[in-house]
Amino acid sequence: MDFSLSMEQEILRNSVRDFAEKEIKPVARELDEKEEFSYETMRKMADLGLFGMFVSEKYGGQGMDYVSYIIATEEIARVDGSHAATVAAGNSLGIGPLYYFGNEDQKMKYLPALCSGEALWGFGLTEPNAGSDAGNSKTTGALDGDKWVVNGSKIFITNASTRITSGVTALCRTGTREDGRPELSCILVESGAPGFEAREMHGKLMWRASNTSELYFDDCRVPQENLLGPRGHGFYQMLQTLDGGRLSIGAMGLGGAQGCFDLALKYSREREQFGKPISNFQVNAFKLADMALEIECARLILYKACWLRDNNKPFSKEAAMAKLHCSEVMYRCANHAVQLHGGYGLMKEYDVERFYRDQKLLEIGEGTSEVQRIVISRLIGAL
Amino acid sequence: MNIIVCLKQVPDTETQIKIGSDRQSIVTDDIKWVMNPYDEYGVEEALRLKEKHGGEVTVVGLGPKRVTESIRTALAMGADKGILISDGALDGSDSLAHAKAIAAAIKDLQYDLIFTGQRGVDDDLGIVGATLAEALNIPQLSLIVKVEVAEDGKSVKVQRPIEGETLVITSTLPALITAQKGLNEPRYASLPGIMKAKKKPLAEKSLADLGLNSADFGAGARKMKILELTPPPAREAGKIVPGETPQEKAAQLAKLLHDEAKVL
Repeated sequence: MDFSLSMEQEILRNSVRDFAEKEIKPVARELDEKEEFSYETMRKMADLGLFGMFVSEKYGGQGMDYVSYIIATEEIARVDGSHAATVAAGNSLGIGPLYYFGNEDQKMKYLPALCSGEALWGFGLTEPNAGSDAGNSKTTGALDGDKWVVNGSKIFITNASTRITSGVTALCRTGTREDGRPELSCILVESGAPGFEAREMHGKLMWRASNTSELYFDDCRVPQENLLGPRGHGFYQMLQTLDGGRLSIGAMGLGGAQGCFDLALKYSREREQFGKPISNFQVNAFKLADMALEIECARLILYKACWLRDNNKPFSKEAAMAKLHCSEVMYRCANHAVQLHGGYGLMKEYDVERFYRDQKLLEIGEGTSEVQRIVISRLIGAL
Repeated sequence: MNIIVCLKQVPDTETQIKIGSDRQSIVTDDIKWVMNPYDEYGVEEALRLKEKHGGEVTVVGLGPKRVTESIRTALAMGADKGILISDGALDGSDSLAHAKAIAAAIKDLQYDLIFTGQRGVDDDLGIVGATLAEALNIPQLSLIVKVEVAEDGKSVKVQRPIEGETLVITSTLPALITAQKGLNEPRYASLPGIMKAKKKPLAEKSLADLGLNSADFGAGARKMKILELTPPPAREAGKIVPGETPQEKAAQLAKLLHDEAKVL
């Protein structure tokens, strides 16, 4: 066994950490407060190369392994959840399906701009009435001559209504299978297509500086060749995409937990009560020890899942475990971090307040914790 | 224009430094090593000059294998090749010996400019730059915050801040510049840069490779000896100057500065 990272991975971590501390941390609180997606930090993240990390150089990507992508996401999340969301969704959900399931023309057409970060792409899966029951999508795609006609709506779609969004992948019901279940297919809809509208959603508890949208398709007609992969493969593509996406949510949980821990440790060593730093009280030291332990374990399961993926081994179970565990570890770390900050932890002036809110999404997005437990239960043969 | 940048690896400034049981060295077990920040300014300046004038940037590091990571980081930022001077016999050497080894590694290279940091943030000695210039018999321009190379590539004009004024110096090339904070804002190693750096050449040289005698290096050959390391004294609590009005406080402060601190 070898637990060491490669030198490139170490350099990557140092560089992204440095970048996140200097470029994102100073603006994160204000952007969260204003509920504003920043095109400036988006540009800087793109210039650093944070989009298309696992995509081959042929399409403008960096050709790195999945562990590297996860480390980069983790380091952004250590400083801010919203920016990590932009990166994670951009790569796993925006770029991922096009890269893994697109044909050569589609890849050449869309990926270079997505990898350079000039454009973003959304993954339209969730619907108002199809959350955990994603297979029950009501959005339809009907072939009319040489066009797909898309009708329906999607909700909570990340990166789908920025002014640089170039399109979305929409999971659509394109017919009925022989067994009577819906036939699902992914259809690419470019921004500006007639009948397609993406509306930015506001009033979020968390990830307030990331872009979240509702999508509306009203007799939206797109060319027949906008089908992603074979017809009827939509459900499979969705599951594959979510397996990878779970690792990036895991990275956000791990990075967020690390961020909570780093802030809590620093504060606890500086804050004095009863004449000594509060970290010197065993009741607080034990909280910090628990956080350190849980983060270490979370990192092991997440990196192992990535390693399985990089080595072309099955990783669905480990991905579900990593997503579930990392998000729950962040839940506990954020809770401890706010507790250690006392009254100050309730104020926006302290970053742990934002981490506490941002954490909640991780137990809900890309498969709730309950769904992860179902996935794991099935994969261990219990359900 | 060919530029050499000398690079040292130092403990990250966030690292908690602990003094070892020998009271002459620090405990290195949990240290995170990073490129000396002043050397990073040197790397950045070299890359900017290369972008403007063309040529090649070579990074030279000295120390154990772990220094490779800092050299690769400089390559990821955009430098072209690296040299690591690594030899067990170097352990315990002082700055003069380090400069001697670096001089041997670069004396046969083609160069117009050499950058070093104005000092390493570990020992804070600031000796290597000056000693290296002396060993190579080239001008040394120290504590520089601005560098302009002439169009013909034959001279350089630099700025050095002194007591609120700026000293402007011109020099022929080749010359050695020690980089001061304010020279530039170093770039991040980008992800594509990290991938490209994997393929860039990095040569490792022992003292024998450089034609040097290992007896001239190591703890035994030190001209400078460390007698003892002590932690900085704990900071004493501050004092709040009493007074109802700003005028009263100012008068009280002046009195304290005069009577207690004795600085007025």
